[in-house]
Amino acid sequence: MDFTAVPTIRFTQNIQRHVACPVRAVAGGTIREALEQYFSLHPQARGYVFDDQSRLREHMAVFADGKQIQDRGGLSDPVAMDAVIDVIQALSGGL
Amino acid sequence: MAQRCHVATRKGLFTLERSEAGWSIRNVGFTGDNCTLVMHDPRNGDLIAALHHGHFGVKMHRSRDGGLSWHEIAAPKYPEKPADYVAKNPVEGKAADWSLKLVWALAPGGADEPGVLWCGTLPGGLFRSGDGGDSWELNRALWDDPRREEWFGGGADHPGIHSICVDPRDCRHITVGISCGGAWITRDGGQTWQPSGPGMRAEYMPPERQYEPNIQDPHCIAQCLADPDTMWVQHHNGIFRSTDGANSWAEIAGAQPSTFGFAVAAHPREPGTAWFIPAVKDEKRYPADGRVVVNRTRDAGASFEMLTRGLPQQHAYDLVYRHALDVDDSGEVLAFGSTTGSLWISENGGDDWETISSNLPPVYAVRFEKSA
Repeated sequence: MDFTAVPTIRFTQNIQRHVACPVRAVAGGTIREALEQYFSLHPQARGYVFDDQSRLREHMAVFADGKQIQDRGGLSDPVAMDAVIDVIQALSGGL
Repeated sequence: MAQRCHVATRKGLFTLERSEAGWSIRNVGFTGDNCTLVMHDPRNGDLIAALHHGHFGVKMHRSRDGGLSWHEIAAPKYPEKPADYVAKNPVEGKAADWSLKLVWALAPGGADEPGVLWCGTLPGGLFRSGDGGDSWELNRALWDDPRREEWFGGGADHPGIHSICVDPRDCRHITVGISCGGAWITRDGGQTWQPSGPGMRAEYMPPERQYEPNIQDPHCIAQCLADPDTMWVQHHNGIFRSTDGANSWAEIAGAQPSTFGFAVAAHPREPGTAWFIPAVKDEKRYPADGRVVVNRTRDAGASFEMLTRGLPQQHAYDLVYRHALDVDDSGEVLAFGSTTGSLWISENGGDDWETISSNLPPVYAVRFEKSA
């Protein structure tokens, strides 16, 4: 077992033109803990993913190892030590 | 006479400049992005742009070089909603979400308070910045007033503050307009607030409530800078005017083809002069008979002139949103833009109009650069 493994967060390419969100290894046992640590390192990214009540924005989606998380409200889904977390946006239409 | 004008649209921010050859588009910023509002600060030249990125939320940017470069600044942030908070009087059965939905009004503070900006939002919060937009604070006095919970959306899912009039004689005296929540006034810089006086009328409410100040739907409020007690309202229900600083309102009838519309501009020096852009009320919202017209009164609403020279008079379906009409410092130069991407400018008070473009994205806001 690799005891040095930590979760990694990747962000949708769409967000990069607004704010740089490099791939980054973070600590955290849940999705929220992992995201909070990422945003502590990259505070400008926070408002693009969370709203002002620290809720996941409506059309953002989070996957852990390819599976969409279950708890969008609390972001309490546990993450494996070597998980890869993807933060993407739904590419729904609009004007 | 104004030399520059900024036009916020669904697909970017357009800057117009006046030269000997006339007005033309000189710069485009945020190309492709949803720029919902722009403000020019005459005290220091700052430009503030509000963007709504949809999935990524509402963002604010500031330019200190006339729009050539922009930097993201803080967006207004609602405080955390208390876990035990229970709304007492929500008209539509649920409390407003304590979360920024849209920046709907931006205004500089007084000439004697550099750096102060005011920002009106959906779902009804008024924010103040003391540092040119680097940070924002929710005005709790207005937000925590239980009567605020009675506000409701007028066409949007949330109530919102769309008009902010800072009295040039006293920057602590501010009047804000809310759809739907009427007009509210502070005389102490936002420490206390009261609804404006009576006179506005809302046909859409039950008869016994039609004159309640707190349920009115002013679409836009404009103040005469030389006579700040004179205020004009383009209301959902018609046109209203106050000559006593919003302590009372008088309904003005007679404008043709309708008194419905969204935008109003007040002459900066002549309290009897204002401009309106009528539309068919109220669900359909298009120019009557496909004719774009501007209504001007020069006698405090006793009569209106319908101005049409240079404007399309057949098969035009341009609707003009509440922030998409402006008048410059002189009162002679006006501009307005439409939902179908037309933009017109007049340099003689609206008598004649020049088409600047018929192919812009939907226009949300038009703002001249003005002097301090």
